[in-house]
Amino acid sequence: MPLDATMRGIRLIGERTLRIVERVGATIAFLGLTLAQSATSFRRFGLVIREIFYAGVQSLIIILVSGLFVGMVLGLQGHETLQNYGSEQSVGVLVALSLVRELGPVVSALLFASRAGSAITAEIGLMKATEQLSAMEMMAVSPISRVVAPRFWGGVLSMPVLAMLFSAMGIIGGFLVSVVVIGVDDGAFWSQMQAAVDFRHDIVNGIIKSVVFGIAVSAIATFEGYEAPPTAEGVSGATTRTVVSSSLAILALDLVMTAFMLKGWN
Amino acid sequence: MTNLVEISDLNFGYNDRLVLKGINLAVPKGSLVAIMGLSGCGKTTLLRLIGGQLRAREGSVKVAGYELNHIGQRDLYALRRRLGMLFQFGALFTDLSVYDNVAFQMREHTDLPESVIRDLTLMKLNAVGLRGVQSLMPSELSGGMARRVALARATALDPELILYDEPFAGLDPISLGVIGQLIRRLNDVLGATSVLVTHDVQESLKIVDYVYFVSEGVIVAQGTPDEIRASPLPFVHQFVWGEVDGPLPFHYPAQTIQNDLGLRGG
Amino acid sequence: MERSTLNLWVGIFVLLGFFSFLMLAFKVGNLTAGGSGTTYTVVAHFDNIGQLKERAPVRSAGVLVGRVRSVQFDPVHYNAEVSLAIDSQYQFPKDTSASVLTSGILGEQYIGLDAGGDEKMLKNGDEIKLTQGAMVLERLIGQFLFSKAQEGGASQGGQK
Repeated sequence: MPLDATMRGIRLIGERTLRIVERVGATIAFLGLTLAQSATSFRRFGLVIREIFYAGVQSLIIILVSGLFVGMVLGLQGHETLQNYGSEQSVGVLVALSLVRELGPVVSALLFASRAGSAITAEIGLMKATEQLSAMEMMAVSPISRVVAPRFWGGVLSMPVLAMLFSAMGIIGGFLVSVVVIGVDDGAFWSQMQAAVDFRHDIVNGIIKSVVFGIAVSAIATFEGYEAPPTAEGVSGATTRTVVSSSLAILALDLVMTAFMLKGWN
Repeated sequence: MTNLVEISDLNFGYNDRLVLKGINLAVPKGSLVAIMGLSGCGKTTLLRLIGGQLRAREGSVKVAGYELNHIGQRDLYALRRRLGMLFQFGALFTDLSVYDNVAFQMREHTDLPESVIRDLTLMKLNAVGLRGVQSLMPSELSGGMARRVALARATALDPELILYDEPFAGLDPISLGVIGQLIRRLNDVLGATSVLVTHDVQESLKIVDYVYFVSEGVIVAQGTPDEIRASPLPFVHQFVWGEVDGPLPFHYPAQTIQNDLGLRGG
Repeated sequence: MERSTLNLWVGIFVLLGFFSFLMLAFKVGNLTAGGSGTTYTVVAHFDNIGQLKERAPVRSAGVLVGRVRSVQFDPVHYNAEVSLAIDSQYQFPKDTSASVLTSGILGEQYIGLDAGGDEKMLKNGDEIKLTQGAMVLERLIGQFLFSKAQEGGASQGGQK
């Protein structure tokens, strides 16, 4: 019966949707739990510093190199297009605005999710699978305050730094390609950029975005790790889910925030 | 002699499957009691109930005067500080060195100066004969050594009650003997009480004071090691002497093999 | 990982982040031009603003002195009400005039301020009275043709 098949299809869509909503809700609840048990992280900041090392410092290479390449590509493409209108000197504006507003926060968050987010999920998931979390609980130490919260804050604090480094590196890349290689005027490159890029509306908004992405990725990564089924497949599935849901969350949040930021917050 | 652990008329189940039925059990202070049974008979569940990781459905679990069915988070954590637990595969924290693993609880729960923690930690490691591996990471230890380090960690705060989950699983005969002797010695030296969950009959019968036999969620036999060895019950006899067939059949219930292979009599 | 190496690396990480922030703020962005960042707002009414958008530059003698804060339609006067956020370090006389200009032929539109000679200065909330709206290409061409036609008519009349 085609009607039956249609009904089944619709029911499936409903079921999937409900599951996604449920998962988002559970992640937010877990984020609340993490925030409530964050006191230890700040009383013993060494725990967070360790996680900044694993999440932030170890993502440096990939962020710096990708930033440089993305900036170079923007420089090349921008110059190619802009010279049709005789305004190749605006290439600096194009590179800087696309990086500071969008590509810097978004691409670095995507890279961060697949580099550091997946590692956080795998680590917490394995700690759960090998009963380390249970052991901690049996020692009257809350795994959320001792394991989850430091990793969450390490991620949240690393993300804006990585995003700024990505943007700065990209602008250097764009500069190298358009000024050093192609020969766009040095002064025009920087001065037009400075005239067009607004500190409050472009740079600060970009940083706000990266902070929000950092919260989203870290919350998803810790949640997936903590809720992972304690088996090898469970942990590998959770790691994949972290990358997929983080990427979707980043892009969706970016859309919402961009809409608000272009319109103005009020 | 007072009982440190007292379980009466306990029922417990996951979903609608009842795992433990009408359990009555007492562990006198200072004794070393084993809970034995086949894999999957519910003995690890029993241990988790004593540790407060699970809540009973009916009946009561009393540990050191606390009724675990109605215990609050604060009391539970207070109780757990007086409790040590050795997990099946040690559950050492893989991101901390051996030294930091043993020192973990002292750092989390006490304000002792680092020099005192150092002395205590080395004493605990010395008690299990592993002072020499203090700077290694858990991944660099053999299974037997990891188990001994976990034992040192479980006893770090001189607990009143020590729970062992399959302490003999996956060990070579020598490590097995070492762990057995350590369990007995730590129990007597610390004046602690121990509950041991195991399916390793021969080793545990050598060291324990009293044995409970669990099969399919029910206590089927209990007694001192000598009584158990001499038990006329067919199930216990089969278990203790490791016979292939007996009251517990070799074959998992199934339709006849002729049916499965499609050999219809005819 | 040794604690001190860990701290060292995180220190390097934080410093790198700090320098990239400084670079973004001062080399890429306009934090230097923005000065203290405090502004005062003045309002101007234009017949036609062309393609002028929020956050478009406000320049005087070619120097960036502020930005367009908002563009609204004024239902009373049936024209465009534009509010300008001008950096506090730049003060303009009361009779300053504002016009909507275009940078280059296809470039973005901005507000140009021409300082007047009044001794009183514009304050927060004041209005710029002298304004010149955007040039609309169609009207320009129309005006040009009209004046040409009039010229032609006049010269013919003169010959008679």
